[in-house]
Amino acid sequence: MTDIGFMWDTFLTLLTGVPLTLELAVTSILAGSILALALSLLAVTGGATGRNIAGAYVFVFRGSPLLVQMFLIYYGLGQFRHGLQDLGLWWFFREPYWCAVLALTLNTAAYCSEIFRGGLRAVSSQEIEAARACGMSGVLLFRRIIVPIAIRHALPAYGNEIILMLKATALASVITIMEVTGLAGKLIADSFRAFEIFIVAGAIYLAINFIVTRMLLLVEFWLSPHMRMRLQS
Amino acid sequence: MAFIGSYLALVGFGPTGWGWLLLTAAAMTIGVSICGFLAGTVIGSVVTFMQLSRHMALRWLADCYTTVLRGVPDLLVIYLFYFGGSAFLGSIGGLFGYQGFIGMPAFLTGTLALGVVSAAYQAEVFRGAYKSVARGELEAASAVGMRPWHKFRRIVAPLVLRYAIPGLGNTWQLVLKESALISVTGLVELLRQSQIAAGSTRRPFEFYLSAVILYLVVTWFSSIVFRRMEARTTQGVRRAL
Repeated sequence: MTDIGFMWDTFLTLLTGVPLTLELAVTSILAGSILALALSLLAVTGGATGRNIAGAYVFVFRGSPLLVQMFLIYYGLGQFRHGLQDLGLWWFFREPYWCAVLALTLNTAAYCSEIFRGGLRAVSSQEIEAARACGMSGVLLFRRIIVPIAIRHALPAYGNEIILMLKATALASVITIMEVTGLAGKLIADSFRAFEIFIVAGAIYLAINFIVTRMLLLVEFWLSPHMRMRLQS
Repeated sequence: MAFIGSYLALVGFGPTGWGWLLLTAAAMTIGVSICGFLAGTVIGSVVTFMQLSRHMALRWLADCYTTVLRGVPDLLVIYLFYFGGSAFLGSIGGLFGYQGFIGMPAFLTGTLALGVVSAAYQAEVFRGAYKSVARGELEAASAVGMRPWHKFRRIVAPLVLRYAIPGLGNTWQLVLKESALISVTGLVELLRQSQIAAGSTRRPFEFYLSAVILYLVVTWFSSIVFRRMEARTTQGVRRAL
């Protein structure tokens, strides 16, 4: 029964990495969503030029592996150390943490912008016409009608992206950040008991995913009271 | 301009250029991705059969498989196969009286890890595709007297493949990008080769940039191939939209 003891110790060790994993995920999802919103607005309202710019961004960041993007930012930009020091940005690119956050942010922005774009596209023209007929326009129309409807359409896909991001934070361990996977990798390399550690680390990720999906279901429930009304009647 | 010139000399095909090595490494990336993807197709089909099975235990097992493998970071799976595989080989070696460390072959690790992970995604794709095969077609096949295997080969498999191609295309892109993670096991694929080159020339930016460009070329090309395949398999299908 030493295995149970070993797994418990592993669990306690890996638990100390959970805050970092969550921090990476939350920071990059928030920052990435803001960037994605800007990109999707550019794609939807920016005409041909805006569409092309957003399209190129999405192509580059979805078409290449996140790990390579991370290396390009962390190791690649380190080559321009003096230039970055002159610009006063070196404190940012010196830290593996911020480089990981930047890579995750830029990457998730590409995926999220496509999701948001789909959500914005799903707002029917009749709803917009109705809002215009009531005298709304510009920011008011956007805030009251388009964004709430788009969010409802985009939420399931957005939830998937959040889960993917949680998994993607594991890559930060490759650039020396000791979050859950980083700690697990170190433990495996030290003890060579890959299977037990995999089970414990996997269980932690699954538990986080489970909580996140439940929370998303709850948000979906709140955001669609009109659907519930229809079901009851 | 000077930058572009020195960049081309660095990654070009001249005597001091790394061009050939990078291209060979890109071929390795494609090779390990194809092997992993095919392994995933085989495992994924088995999982789909389990998902569609009449036995609850099998369905439950298949659900566990797809939930776990889609919920756990791929890097962990790679660690599991690399270190777990080495420990396993070591214990087999121990049976024959060999006490040293036996490293898991990196290519095999990559194929297994990519296969096992992509199988979870492919199983979901196949299941969705099977669900969209019209009942009537299956009934018609039974009505003309096809036996199960015959029906599967002539009717089910072609139809499932047709519906599955867009999803399989997405999975393929996923596998291709995930193959970069295999670099942690030391397999000299595109990312690992770029690391080596960056280390020996101290020009990481140029090499990682080249890696990004090569990955983009491969994903772009494969998206074209999958679009062609989709067009081919949906010939004669009436579109609603």
